[in-house]
Amino acid sequence: MANTMQFDLVSPERSLASLAVTAVQIPGADGDMTAMPDHAPTITTLRPGLLKVEAPEGSSEYLVTGGFAQINGDSLSVLAEKAIPVTEVTRSHLDELITEARASHDAAKGGDDQTVVDEAAKLLADMEALGTHMSL
Amino acid sequence: MPSLKDLKNRIESVKSTRKITKAMQMVAAAKLRRAQESAEAGRPYAERFNAVMAGLAASVGGSDSAPKLLRGTGSDDVHLLVVMTAERGLCGGFNANIAKLARAKAEELRGKGKTVKVLTVGKKGRDALKRDLGDLFVGHVDLSDVKRIGYTNAQDIAKDILSRFDGGEFDVATIFYAKFVNVVTQIPTAQQVIPASFEDEAAGDDSGAIFDYEPSEEAILADLLPKGVATAIFSALLENGASEQGARMSAMDNATRNAGEMIDKLTIQFNRSRQAVITNELIEIISGAEAL
Repeated sequence: MANTMQFDLVSPERSLASLAVTAVQIPGADGDMTAMPDHAPTITTLRPGLLKVEAPEGSSEYLVTGGFAQINGDSLSVLAEKAIPVTEVTRSHLDELITEARASHDAAKGGDDQTVVDEAAKLLADMEALGTHMSL
Repeated sequence: MPSLKDLKNRIESVKSTRKITKAMQMVAAAKLRRAQESAEAGRPYAERFNAVMAGLAASVGGSDSAPKLLRGTGSDDVHLLVVMTAERGLCGGFNANIAKLARAKAEELRGKGKTVKVLTVGKKGRDALKRDLGDLFVGHVDLSDVKRIGYTNAQDIAKDILSRFDGGEFDVATIFYAKFVNVVTQIPTAQQVIPASFEDEAAGDDSGAIFDYEPSEEAILADLLPKGVATAIFSALLENGASEQGARMSAMDNATRNAGEMIDKLTIQFNRSRQAVITNELIEIISGAEAL
């Protein structure tokens, strides 16, 4: 089928998914983006968030933190330091992320750079919203 | 000439040793399979990561704005040697080989007048290097409580190394580990992680494609380089895990075979001595009867 592309999701410890997909929503560092077949080749870093995968067989979601995505037009590789299928995410995973975000927020507040503080605050808010979204 | 009882005890003792080495070999074989599986599972990540990094490094590497982790600090006076070994012994030359390589490297660097610092991961390497390089130790990572090596272990080690680097403690970091080839061959390897070097994978699978970078090439590189250190350490830990079990398996296999040979030899000796005793007794009886 022309309107799918090869998608690979790998973490350092194992390969989580490798399948043909129609679209993938990536939590990029500069904002979410959706990669579809024939997307311009792009490399983007990830911020912690949800990766939404649309495949002909059905869609799935993963919680990813750290790493990057490489979009190649006909293939897409996401390398995440940590990737967990949303169905397996527990409150403790989220708490860990929230604690991390809060720590970086607190660290940023000590500095002068307002954009860094804003970014950290947004990350913290995002993480908390994520919990509500997943009804944990 | 040992008595019959001594020989018997000896045979029993070697037999129980053989049982133990046999058991250790089987345990190592089972663990090896697991270790190999996780090493293989980790490979795609490391390969892709390095391919992308190599591409990025090639395009940004030359400029002055390149991050310190890639460019280096501008000097190479202080070297950090990260020596990764096992927590346990009884695995043939595994620990000794890594320690030997690290020791040779340290001597070479010291000969050139560089300062050497040593960070050990795993108890056995620490013990092996304590005598020669003990005064150069700057830290030790204990993994004896870790059942199964995870990425977080590598992240912790990387964090430690990176904070030392940011603190200006060293200029060049090299990790020492044993690359797993097969059960009988493990190659002690030295790999430089800071400043990062990417050689083989440079071509990558993305040849020709021109990528858009988000946010920017430099920002991505700055974000990914520290992760690259963790990735390198993680794959080294996995290789080391498989190598350790492989080395232990073949060492224990040899030990089991040696014990078997020893039992055979002792059994022959035991039988001969017993026969000699019997013959002796017979001679005594016969010559006693003849004397009458």
